[in-house]
Amino acid sequence: MTDLDINQLLDTLEAELRREIAARGLADPAMVGILTGGVWIAQKLHERLGLKDPLGLLNISFYRDDFSQIGMHPQVTPSSLPFDVDGRDILLIDDVLYTGRTIRAALNEVFDYGRPASVMLGVLIERDGRQIPIRPDCCGARLTLPPGQRIKLTGPEPLGLELREAASGA
Amino acid sequence: MADHSLSQDLQLDSQGRLRHFLTIEGLSRDLLVRIMDTAESFTSVTEQTVKKVPLLRGKSVVNLFFENSTRTLATFELAAKRLSADVLNLNIRTSSTAKGETLLDTIRNLEAMQVDLFVVRHAESGAAHFIARHCAPHVSVINGGDGRHAHPTQAMLDMFTIRRVKGPDFGKLKVAIVGDILHSRVARSQIAALNTLGAGEIRVVAPKTLLPVQVESLGVAPYTDLDAGLDGVDVVVMLRLQRERMNSAFLPSESEYFRCFGLTEQRLARAKPDAMVMHPGPINRGVEIDSAVADGPRSVILQQVNHGIAVRMAVLSMCTPGGHA
Repeated sequence: MTDLDINQLLDTLEAELRREIAARGLADPAMVGILTGGVWIAQKLHERLGLKDPLGLLNISFYRDDFSQIGMHPQVTPSSLPFDVDGRDILLIDDVLYTGRTIRAALNEVFDYGRPASVMLGVLIERDGRQIPIRPDCCGARLTLPPGQRIKLTGPEPLGLELREAASGA
Repeated sequence: MADHSLSQDLQLDSQGRLRHFLTIEGLSRDLLVRIMDTAESFTSVTEQTVKKVPLLRGKSVVNLFFENSTRTLATFELAAKRLSADVLNLNIRTSSTAKGETLLDTIRNLEAMQVDLFVVRHAESGAAHFIARHCAPHVSVINGGDGRHAHPTQAMLDMFTIRRVKGPDFGKLKVAIVGDILHSRVARSQIAALNTLGAGEIRVVAPKTLLPVQVESLGVAPYTDLDAGLDGVDVVVMLRLQRERMNSAFLPSESEYFRCFGLTEQRLARAKPDAMVMHPGPINRGVEIDSAVADGPRSVILQQVNHGIAVRMAVLSMCTPGGHA
């Protein structure tokens, strides 16, 4: 797993985003990263793509569907979408797409800020294990992991990827 | 004052997480900081077009108010609704208890309606503790102010306001609490919270008749002279003076009180130049505080009201079954 090169994954994701933005004819998309790993990736991409609006941050804690099981964990960084979401094309960025529940929560939260014209999903890694029908539009790499294993982004500087044993993931 | 260990046993579950929120006493610094951190993240909810998060969707919150309070009721109701809970406001004065139903009967009936959380406001000290001791295991109780005893969410929103203006280091702060310390549940909870958070110095300023006997045992320095009490402080907390105190031989008159203990701009000059002025409301203009100060640049009174929603959202979400933090 450690042979995955973060910069190479970012290059691939950036290229896919550029291609998809051009294909859809998006003139002025706004980027939103999901805390915390998604924000680290989004910061790099935001810079590379030279987007005009500041990067938006999403803390999906209050939209999780497992609140009654895992309870509250204080998240000191609140969500911040420093642009008007209504009518905008949103580039939603996360580090790893696994069950799809995080993205489900993130979409709900984005729509509570307004009604975007479109949402495009970019992830650094798409892995197997989907529990709800969500797929990325762009990704750096696609992986199949053995049962009980998850991949974790470490950072923010330097960014790295670790393979961990875990019972659950999102 | 409630026994600390009793409060702790009642308020925390076996893993030390918040189950009821009845009093500040017995709670750790870490837990108070966690409440403020959680409140901080809720502040962004008000920036959304839809000012709601789905955290408590399907949960039922009952505001059980045996005593009037527009502000506390409104902020608890808004907080619960912004968490997507179903909210029932019961004014008990006009309800079954007035027809002879006991408090426990009322609680049992509401529990049978599958309620998840009670917010209790009562004129008797200990009412919220009583309900917490007798309610079903799946129900949580938040004290919305009981008698002279405690008003823990007001204290936490005050701490949150101080932290937002002055930063997280309470150790460098000198705080003066001015007014009717003797009868004030707000002051008691504020003192407990400030002590737990390690405030540098806590002063209480009041006429002798409105200071509890042996007030020093609460970890505060008493002052009966306002100018001396305000000297060099970072935070001034003004308390509401209840007019009935005039009739109870505690004070000679409102004008006399204002002359000696009313906060004016001139008096505020004794505090640090960047001192902040707080008041839990409602304000008696010209009794404990001058309008020029209440509406002035150093007043954070309206911020306190706004923060009340975020702090109550934090406490509601941390106390609701499944929401333990």
